Parts: sequence; structure tokens; C-alpha cells
Amino acid sequence: MRRDLLKFLLFAVAILVAPLAFKGGYLMNVLVFAGINTMLAVALNLLLGYAGQISLGHAGFFGLGAYLSGILTATYGWNAWLAMPLAALAVGMLAGLIGFPILKLKGHYLAMATLGLGIIIYIVFNETVDLTGGPSGFSGIPNLAIGSLVFDNDLKNYYLIWAFTLAVVLFCLNLARSRVGRALRAVHDSEVAARVMGVNARILKVQVFALSAVISSLAGSLYAHTMTFVSPASFGFNFSVELLTMVVIGGLGSIYGSFLGAALLTLLPELLRGAQDYDILIYGGLLMVMVMFLPGGLVRGIPDLFRKLAGRGEGAGNA
Amino acid sequence: MGLRCVSFLVAIVTTLSAGVAFAAAPIKIGGLFAVTGPAAFLGEPERNTAKMVVDEINKAGGVKGHKLELVVYDTSGDATKAVQLATKLVRDDHVAAIIGPSTTGESMAVIPVAEREKVPLISCSAGIKITEPVKKWVFKTAQNDTLAVGKIYEYLQRHKQSKVAILTVSDGFGASGREQLKAQARKYGITIVSDDTYGPKDTDMTAQLTKIRGSQAQAIICWGTNPGPAVIAKNARQLGIKTPLFMSHGVSSKKFIELAGDAAEGIKLPSGKVIVADLLPGSDHQKNPLLAFVKDYQRHYRAEGDHFGGHAWDAVMLLKNAIERGGDTRATIRDQLEKTHGFAGIGGVFSYSAQDHAGLNKDAFVLVEVKKRDWTIVK
Repeated sequence: MRRDLLKFLLFAVAILVAPLAFKGGYLMNVLVFAGINTMLAVALNLLLGYAGQISLGHAGFFGLGAYLSGILTATYGWNAWLAMPLAALAVGMLAGLIGFPILKLKGHYLAMATLGLGIIIYIVFNETVDLTGGPSGFSGIPNLAIGSLVFDNDLKNYYLIWAFTLAVVLFCLNLARSRVGRALRAVHDSEVAARVMGVNARILKVQVFALSAVISSLAGSLYAHTMTFVSPASFGFNFSVELLTMVVIGGLGSIYGSFLGAALLTLLPELLRGAQDYDILIYGGLLMVMVMFLPGGLVRGIPDLFRKLAGRGEGAGNA
Repeated sequence: MGLRCVSFLVAIVTTLSAGVAFAAAPIKIGGLFAVTGPAAFLGEPERNTAKMVVDEINKAGGVKGHKLELVVYDTSGDATKAVQLATKLVRDDHVAAIIGPSTTGESMAVIPVAEREKVPLISCSAGIKITEPVKKWVFKTAQNDTLAVGKIYEYLQRHKQSKVAILTVSDGFGASGREQLKAQARKYGITIVSDDTYGPKDTDMTAQLTKIRGSQAQAIICWGTNPGPAVIAKNARQLGIKTPLFMSHGVSSKKFIELAGDAAEGIKLPSGKVIVADLLPGSDHQKNPLLAFVKDYQRHYRAEGDHFGGHAWDAVMLLKNAIERGGDTRATIRDQLEKTHGFAGIGGVFSYSAQDHAGLNKDAFVLVEVKKRDWTIVK
């Protein structure tokens, strides 16, 4: 327990001092988005890694949070700090309602149903032109502010967003270790066995789906207030897949893994930009290599790899 | 291996010394184009053209002794990426101005960055919201769709046709077109009798067209970019629809005729003058730059220069002019841009002012018709 807390504190300190290394260049801007992506990946990992339920529609929840916050503040003049939790609540309730029928499905069927959900949300963003501005997007969203402190530059946004992200990470770490976390893992391994042990698998799945949606919505709100602009293209199917990739690359069932996955997939394209036209090729190649050689994700794969290199590879497979 | 190493070193040394040879410091221009992704048909010619123009300016000695240096990034049409890269251009590359992005969504996303960082931005996308209301640091070169709609409606009014059916694509371009088509109808005494949309990836529009066939429409106006409109042209022919078909400037390239084949015959559309450059009367101010652009692009890339490339051509040349007239910092370049008057470019004759950062009027468009697989100007 103590060691876990130490690990988290180290992580938090690393996040805190990271800006010193980047000195306000544009990478700061990328790190802001890495924070948002971490939050999303952690949320999706609760669902996918712990409860074993896939979702291809998380970009939709992310988008709903962003649009709700944006519309409430820019069109109706609400306070952003009020709009954000309200959006999260609404998205959570929606996810709960949809979760009941949808989570009865398993495997491919669940994937398809969540895919459909994501696409429906995307179409709504596109078609309700009067409300969302349609395909050309919605602008004029105010920055977040506490009193006279307006979060209008990358450094301020970095600390704002990472404060939220760290809170989410801490919350999810605790959740994963609690009774609920164990119940989730039990559902993942065998739903029937979990039921026999007295876990109400159905309710539990809906709850974690809703929780995951709430966190995604929160990330969406933060995104909207940071960018001050949203357009449907950012919340499409591609982004859902990108999130899924972050979780898988980072490591299923590991909160820190989600952070690694999100950080890597956000930063990698930027670092590869120097390779000009070949960046996509290298990026795809790297992803392929990682999935082939580190099937357990980075968080498990890297120590395994070291062990193998050190010639103690026997037990690596089931670590 | 050793030989390769040596030649690599030699290459580095030559590049470095070449860099030193430039006496005056180069002026950096940032470019944000959607070279990959769904909007690649815009971004690729834009990037190519920007590179070509900058090369030519440098070969001719640069601007007031300064070479131009173009730093281009690919946004893949993603608004988040566009914002990150715009920040990169401003903070890490220290550019004097930015041209692009290619799509309206990206431009809208980048505008707060340009305004906050105080960098002149010349957008290459069409959306009217980009410069209306006017933003201090934001200009654009792509023609507003307002003007294109006006051109079609004017023609219909002249031919006493008042009932139209509109069929628009559900993306930024189509949505903006639809808004304008509806907004301007009354002014030209036109009633919209049918209003339908189609998805950007749809491959069959017979349902919508069948519905339109049942209406009293005297003309069908379709607003989209390839390949949708080509499908509509073909479907309309298959259904035997005789109602005249109008398209938007979004398809005014040879690609459309290639895609639609015989079904393109007789279709009319408003278009910038690039595709009919050789048919223009000698008195047209744009004729010379247009012909030069088309020829250059053909020579460099073995493809016909199009409007999209033209938007980048205009953006670079407008910057060049602004610098020549004395702009040497971000702020002075902006001020000089705003004073641009009567600059004959590819998209039209630009005159910016404090109230107008789009700078074009209806003369930027001509109405063209497809005849024998080529363009003709409708008189």
C-alpha cells in the first residue's frame, strides 16, 4: 500500500516538473492534450481492461461532454464550472440508460452496438446545425477561470488539466484495488463465477460504463474550454479507435499503462514529424512491432523484455 | 559503408555552407495543409503550389533580398492537430505568417491561436465564418460560397426560373452552401421546393433524386465536392431527369468530368477562372497570372493547376506583396495585408480592407458549362 502511494507521488512529481524541461515550447501544447488523452484512456481502461467490456463509442461521450459544456457556456452564458459537472451528469445518465440494454451483448455484438452509439452521436453533432454549428464547428467557447486567473495559455492549461488527470488516476487506482475493482476483474474472468460469488454483474457493468462515460465527458469539457472550439471531426470513429489503441498499447488492466499508451500515442506522431512523408509509415510500423512483441502492453512488456534480454526469460510469459 | 558516411558528411557540410551564404536572414512562412486524410484533395495541391511559388520567388532573388523559407506541416484535416501545429509554427519555428489550413473546421480551430499569438493567418478554406465577423489577424483567399450562390441565382433569375431543388452534402462545405442557398433565395425571387442532403461517402443518390423528380423544380442545385456530385450526375441521367443540373465550385476541376463522364454534359457551375484561363478575354486582369500558374504547375507536377492550389498561390503572393510594401514583422505584415488593393491572383482580384478580410467580389466567379468533356464560359 505504501509503495503504491509512493509510486503515485513520484508520478505526480514527474508531471509537476515536466514543464521545466519543455520551457513553454509547442510541446507544452501537446502535453496538454496528452493529459486529456490520459484521462480518456484511463476511463476506457476501467471498462475494457478491468470489466472486459469493449466500447468503440467513447469518442461520442467525449464529444457530448465537449459540446454540452461549449453550448451551455457560449450560447446560454452559463458558468463553465457549473456546465462541466452538469454535462458529466447528463452524459453519465445517458450512458446508464443505454448501458442496460447494450451491455447485455457480448464480444463482437457489444463492439458493434457501441460503434453504432458513437456514430449516432457523431451524426447528431453534424446534423443539428442550429445548435452545434454542424460540420464547420462551434466556436467562441470561453476559457476556464478561477476568479481573475484565466486558463488561457498552455502552461496554465497544463497544470489545470493534469490536476484533473491526476485526480482521475488516483481515483481509478483506488477503485481498481477496492472491492469493486476485484468484482470487476471477476466479471472479466467469468461472469457466471462472479454471479455465483454474489456480484451483481449486470448492475456493476452498467455502473462502470456510466462512470467511464462521466470521466470521458469531463475530459471533453476540459478539451472544449482549452481549444475554445469544437468540431464533429474530432469525435468520430477514428478517435474511438485511437483511444482503444492507447489502452491496448499501454496495457489492459493497468492505470499507469493507460498513461503510457496515451503519452506515447500523443507524442509519437509529433516526434516523427521530422521524417516528413514517411511518418505515418514509421508510426504504423512501430505500432505493429509493439503489438507483436509486447502483446501485454508497454507496462508489462517492457519489464518482460528486460528480463528476456537478461537471459531470465523462463517465467516471462505468465508474469 | 565508409564511402556513404563520407558523402553524408559532405552533404551536411555543403548544406551548412549554403546556409551561411545567404547574407540576409530568411523570412519564415508557416504552412498548414491537410496533405493526408479526407481533405487531401485540397491539401496536396495547396502544399505543392506553396512550395513551387516559394522556390520561384527565391530563384528570382527573394523578397527585398530576403529568401523565403516555407515550413509546412500536414494536419491530416484534424482540428486538434492543426491547433498544435499552429502553436509549433509560432513558438518553435518563429514564422512571420501562416498560410492555410485547408478546411473550414481547422481554420476555425486555429483562429484563436492566430489572434492570441498575434500572427497573420491567411486561410485557404472557403467557410464564410472565417472572416465574418472580421478578425484582426485572419484573412482568406478562397472565395466565399456566398458569391458562388449569387452567380447561380443570377443566372436562374435571368432565365425566369424560380423553383429549385437543392441537394447538399452533409459536411462543412455542403452545410455552408445550404445555408447560403436558403439565405439568398428570397433576394433573387427563388423558392426552394425541395431540400435534401446526402452523406460524404454515399454512393447512390437515386432516392433523393427520385423525390426531386416528383417536385416542381425547374433546376437542381447540388453542393458538394468529388465524388458525390459525379454520382448525382450519373444517377440523374439513369433516372432520365431532364431538369437542368447545377453544381458548386467544389467540383470545378477536370476530375469531375473524368468521374461523371458523359453525364457531365450540359452541367453548369460557378467557378474560379483557373479552369478557363485560356478562354478569358485579354482584357481580364487575371489572365496572365492564371496562365503562368497553370503552366508552372504543369511543369512541376505534371498535373493541371487547380483552384485549391490557387488558394495557396494567392496566399504566398499576398504575403510577398505585403513584405515588399514594407511589412517586416508580424504586425506590419498584417497592416500591409489589410492595405492590399487590386491584386490580381488566381481566386480573383483581391482588395482587403479593415471591414473585409475576404477581399473578393462576384467577378471572381464565371459560370461555366461542360461541353464535349471540356469547359466553356456561359455568356
